[in-house]
Amino acid sequence: MDELESAYRGAKKDPRFKKELAHYLHHFAGRPTPLTETRRLAKLLGVRRFFLKREDLMHTGSHKINNTLGQVLLTLKMKKKRVIAETGAGQHGVATATVCALFGIQCDVYMGEEDVHRQALNVFRMKLLGARVIPVKTGSRTLKDAVNEAIRDWVTNVRDTHYIIGSVIGPHPYPMMVRDFQSVIGRETAAQAKKAGIGAPDYLVACVGGGSNSIGLFHPMLKTRSKMIGVEAAGLGLATKQHAATLSLGHIGVLHGSKSEVLQDKDGQINLAHSISAGLDYPGVGPEHAYLKMARRVQYVAATDQDALLGVKALSRIEGIIPALEPAHAIGYLVRNKSLFKKTDTVVLCLSGRGDKDVVQISEVMPS
Amino acid sequence: MNRIAKKFATLKKNNKKALIVYMTAGDPSLQKNKESIFEFEKNGVDLIELGVPFSDPLADGPVIQEASNRSLARKTNLIKILALVKETRKKSQIPILLMSYLNPILQYGYERFAKDAKNAGVDGVIVPDLPPEEGAEIAPTLKRAGLDLVYLLAPTSTPERTRRVAKASRGFIYFVSITGVTGSATPVETLLRAKLKEIKKSATLPVCVGFGISTPAQAKAAAKSADGVIVGSAIVKALATHPKLSASQFAARFIKPFAKALGKGI
Repeated sequence: MDELESAYRGAKKDPRFKKELAHYLHHFAGRPTPLTETRRLAKLLGVRRFFLKREDLMHTGSHKINNTLGQVLLTLKMKKKRVIAETGAGQHGVATATVCALFGIQCDVYMGEEDVHRQALNVFRMKLLGARVIPVKTGSRTLKDAVNEAIRDWVTNVRDTHYIIGSVIGPHPYPMMVRDFQSVIGRETAAQAKKAGIGAPDYLVACVGGGSNSIGLFHPMLKTRSKMIGVEAAGLGLATKQHAATLSLGHIGVLHGSKSEVLQDKDGQINLAHSISAGLDYPGVGPEHAYLKMARRVQYVAATDQDALLGVKALSRIEGIIPALEPAHAIGYLVRNKSLFKKTDTVVLCLSGRGDKDVVQISEVMPS
Repeated sequence: MNRIAKKFATLKKNNKKALIVYMTAGDPSLQKNKESIFEFEKNGVDLIELGVPFSDPLADGPVIQEASNRSLARKTNLIKILALVKETRKKSQIPILLMSYLNPILQYGYERFAKDAKNAGVDGVIVPDLPPEEGAEIAPTLKRAGLDLVYLLAPTSTPERTRRVAKASRGFIYFVSITGVTGSATPVETLLRAKLKEIKKSATLPVCVGFGISTPAQAKAAAKSADGVIVGSAIVKALATHPKLSASQFAARFIKPFAKALGKGI
């Protein structure tokens, strides 16, 4: 961990590292992403102007590649020969496998056995990209157990292996490092919003699982006047035990090497999370989000599986964009809570991923 | 001097090494744990480590993970484990340490835990997911209660970290003999010797070796350069595969060979 922190702090100050990262973000991954104005959605929500930050247009289909590019370049800098990653839905796994293929690095991805079955297509993608997918058969066989296994692999092979965590979770320096790599979202948004003539938007909105796309959007604008809303997954509802609303219903705890809010029982055993979206299905959340909640800088709310489906439908029908289930929670929440806004408000929502990966699942649950 | 310090002092005087045995509390049952502690002590065990089961034991290999799951399925928690220690204290003064991930202790409450653990007769705590730089909150509380907080060192620890752990640890220093999780591999004797020599340069506390010791021969080899050896997964596995043995039969068959390998006259 000390080795990683010092490598990262070195890279952060190294102009060559920054230049190289910017090069790949642009030429390989497709940055900058547009800030798309969605007029019909603005009308539906009753706001003056509404924009989507289009991380869905990134290579591999989500914001995840912002972080994997940064961390793979760091891997090369640390002269490590192998990369491991955990993945839930497979988005982070695919992004990691993609960048490892680009640089010819061996890549092993831990994925809960349950998720391997649920996300067969992403498993195939990772294999096609030359990665090995290791099904995790311990515990609940989902994302948190994939993190456990990846950490176990890492402590065993730390001399030649770098572990690329996909969200702002895990031990220091991960939450800080992943946030920094994702902050490109917020920096671009700030500049683009200014150009679009709205300055600092009245509202910034993003979904929160581990919290990487949201912190990427929020962090560079914490000092502005923008109000910020993080939308967690309420699964089948906050009154049920089937949810992933860590900030809404969790308590301070320690999971995977960081102290933050955690879904747990009174003995400190970690609960299982549930969400229709595998990307939000995590019983913890990045420690900085717990801090921002405590400091009342960001408001954290929750949207159910049904709200997310509503979000998918709304954006697809009126804007011609099929969102991933994760950001669909944020859209669905706004559609359900229109009274939140004044008609003079300007809003930016981070569309963290596209819906291609989810359409089969959605078709199974959505009445046609 | 607490029970741990006393034990190491006696061992040193007699030129012996510590045999430390780990069990997951509540597996196969708390009652069996208690009987085992008495029988293990009779068969040459010097210190007991009781594992507090956790849903996400990320420093543990499959054997202890499964034991943890079985124990949690029986609804084992800290309250019950402390009651077990209290019961044990009626008959035995063997040093007992709890090995727990931080979260169960955090939810119990640091102050409350320190008080209750001390009253129950616990002597120390090992927290595998707590590095010394994060220990500022809990360490003083444990110290005030007279509980030792044992920190871990890994083969990849830098000299700077080694010094830090040597300074912060209480009771003894837990040297993780392999890079990996519990029960996953065997340490290389020459590397172990070199590393222990390095640790001894900055440590006055005893250094005990664990994570990769599964046979009496390995215990004997590790004890050449360490002050004690910790056997965990091998015992947990044997307990699980021989449920019908009584505690005394089990100790004679699985514990005694370790004691003999360390030259204990029993």
